[in-house]
Amino acid sequence: MSNAMMDPTPTDWNGQIMQKRIARRYAAERRFKAMGFLAVSLSTLFLAFLLFTMLGQGLRGFQRTEIAVDFDFPALTAGATATAISGPNADAALNSMDIPGIVELAVGQQYGDISDGLLTTGAAGNVRQMLLDNPSLITSKQQLWLPVDSRLDVAFKRSGEPAAEQTVAALAQKDALRTGFNWTFLTGADATDPSAVGIWAAFKGSLMTMAITLMLAFPVGVLAALYLEEYASKNKLTDMIEVSINNLAAVPSIIFGLLGLAVFLSLFGMPRSSALVGGLTLALMTMPVIVIAGRNAVKSVPPSIREAALGIGASPVQVVFHHVLPLALPGILTGTIIGMARALGETAPLLMIGMRAFIPAAPEGFTDATTALPVQIYLWSDEVNKGFVEKTSAAIIVLLIFLLGMNALAIYLRNRFETRW
Amino acid sequence: MTGTALLFLVLGLGLIGWIAGRARAAAFVRSAKGGPRGTVNSLPYYHGWFVAICAIAPALIFMFIWQSISPSLVTNMVLSAPAAADLPQEGFARAAILSEARAIAQGFQATAFQDGSEKLVPLYEGALSYYKWIGVAATVLLLFAGGAFAFTRIKPDFRARSKVERVVMFGLLVASLIAILTTLGIFASLIFESWRFFSMVSPFEFLFGTEWNPKSVVTPGADNGYGAIPLFWGTIFIGAIIAMIVAIPLGLMSAIFLTQYASASVRKWMKPILEILAGVPTVVYGYFAALTVAPAVRDFAVMLGVSNAASDNALAAGIVMGVMIIPLVSSMSDDSIAAVPSAMRDGSLAMGATKSETIKQVLLPAALPGVVGGILLAVSRAIGETMIVVMAAGYTANLTANPFATITTITVQIVALLTGDQDFGSPHTLAAFALGLALFVTTFFLNYVALRVVKKYREAYE
Repeated sequence: MSNAMMDPTPTDWNGQIMQKRIARRYAAERRFKAMGFLAVSLSTLFLAFLLFTMLGQGLRGFQRTEIAVDFDFPALTAGATATAISGPNADAALNSMDIPGIVELAVGQQYGDISDGLLTTGAAGNVRQMLLDNPSLITSKQQLWLPVDSRLDVAFKRSGEPAAEQTVAALAQKDALRTGFNWTFLTGADATDPSAVGIWAAFKGSLMTMAITLMLAFPVGVLAALYLEEYASKNKLTDMIEVSINNLAAVPSIIFGLLGLAVFLSLFGMPRSSALVGGLTLALMTMPVIVIAGRNAVKSVPPSIREAALGIGASPVQVVFHHVLPLALPGILTGTIIGMARALGETAPLLMIGMRAFIPAAPEGFTDATTALPVQIYLWSDEVNKGFVEKTSAAIIVLLIFLLGMNALAIYLRNRFETRW
Repeated sequence: MTGTALLFLVLGLGLIGWIAGRARAAAFVRSAKGGPRGTVNSLPYYHGWFVAICAIAPALIFMFIWQSISPSLVTNMVLSAPAAADLPQEGFARAAILSEARAIAQGFQATAFQDGSEKLVPLYEGALSYYKWIGVAATVLLLFAGGAFAFTRIKPDFRARSKVERVVMFGLLVASLIAILTTLGIFASLIFESWRFFSMVSPFEFLFGTEWNPKSVVTPGADNGYGAIPLFWGTIFIGAIIAMIVAIPLGLMSAIFLTQYASASVRKWMKPILEILAGVPTVVYGYFAALTVAPAVRDFAVMLGVSNAASDNALAAGIVMGVMIIPLVSSMSDDSIAAVPSAMRDGSLAMGATKSETIKQVLLPAALPGVVGGILLAVSRAIGETMIVVMAAGYTANLTANPFATITTITVQIVALLTGDQDFGSPHTLAAFALGLALFVTTFFLNYVALRVVKKYREAYE
């Protein structure tokens, strides 16, 4: 250093050593930039890979394989008439008909020795529904397309067990198989047979849980945010509230599940695995998120608004509820939607409060045992039956679509209503 | 009349009170001399709110209290009847018969299984409806009393607004206190259940034992298989080591690239994509890890010549968890790099340093506390993560540093211990709470330190 200072000749930047050194530094620069680019691309690639895997498997879950079955209804039902199974007594008339037996007979007549386990467990229900929708079917010979058993479904879509593959090959030769849209998946409930499962029950459970969560977490979160930001004086109690909220926002979700188990189920004796308890537990988890988002939104309302309102004689409560809150509401709503999206995807706390049972029907009320969409995904992912793989991915697609929709709504709200002061 | 119907009745009557109060105040306004507002202190609707609050609040509080005390009143009434005299004195059988009779009377259960519960059903029905109607009558009475009291208070110079605002402020304070209540509830329930657990299993075994194989019947003093060291190690190995090896370089470099190199349009597209990564539910990550990543990792291990690679290996869970954490590390680093005064950056660039030299030698050292805080938060998030490890990591406790082996974590074991119809007092259930306490204390500590570090760092540059 001291030598260089004494040396009057300036650094020769065009000299070989310096040029080399600069080249080396520029190379390092490029490498560093490339590393950054690589990091971003790796994350993106992972996301793309995940989504494509789910799409690739899940889209098949919305389809089902159907088999053509000829029903000679006049012979099978001993000449039942269309009027007998329509009108108000249709249900009772159909119940007395032994439709499962009729279906079994029809399949047996047509497919002989391979007819065993050809149809899914819900097939008789499908026939029943078809007759209910269109009673005139029963007066003639009909070819109905019915969903096949999950083993054959898997074999027809991809590759299954050798035995199922053989059956499928034989049936395909007769042109007796086709692919149809799986309405059962959107309207049904959990079942033991993957070709008969549906997500409606889990989805309804999720909606009910979310309704409870929103009803509790939103008002409490907004009020707490207003108090902390507008009124709270700086004292021990306020500090404790702030520490609690910041800490609650970072507590692992499974801990909230343990709290729900110990307090709501064990102490208060609320009904196990109900939407009520699930909603309460998730509300405790979502509330701090709403408080933090709400405080930021309230903070961004400029003080001049408050001063102006106070200046024309508004009371402190009027200032906040007439002026600050309406202006902060878009920001609060954005935070609420993001918090709700997080709650919708949450699984662990719901497992803790018992939402892991097999529930084959949609819940009727808030105290009924229910399951939720993410829990249903977890339960199906645990099944050994190969047919559940595509159903799990299909349920994931439904969940992701909803989360994406909620987040898009939040972004829209933010862009549409947010005021830059 | 059910509770919901009563609730709606109370709210409906409250609405009527609101309308009546407002109308009375409005009449004062009209009749007042000297201008349209006259000398009336508050706007009419404040009077309406005053009446509604006075009517509803006591009724609701009474309903809540009645809900919690009426069951024991009902039981006392049933027990005082002569038919209850020949109940078994022994506590457990007695309670079973009583609860079954009650369930039948309430319509939750159709038939009786216990001996002697059948004849208590009519008694229960009588007692339930007796106390229910007392409750309804008292609620409605309170409501009308409160409403009438408030209604007579309405005068032109009555300060309804300040009264209503005092109630609003009280409501705001109560809403804020719920956060403290929740924290206390978590603390109390975890500590209470852990206390019960440690009265069965010694804390020494729990904290320092190396064998995790929990027995459902414990013998005090003996080794019961509740040594949690393998779980602590597994949690640290997956959450704090493997996941961080993935998340720190990727997250940090992503933040650097997006803030320092990327053009505005690239940043506009890439940031939301990273945020999507944070918004994907963990159950989806878990399924992806179990279905796609774990078999790939095992095949890779077999290719490397690791013969005992498990299909539920720690590496797959750790990698996927790391990817999940990337957005968190990235956004925290982003914030702390942005908080470095631009004078430092400009100075370095002016001296002729390249961008990467500026980042590595000026920005990152200056932003280090913030970055470290972010990483601590990320670790706390990772060790509390449940679904990825439940679905992709194993259930067998293993004290090993082999990433291809099965390793279990605290959260996995909490889920495993609470699976099935466990009785609430069993050591399995209580052990889950002890593990939960360990997890809570660790994450609390990490979060506290992280927030302190980040706050201190921000103050240093402000």
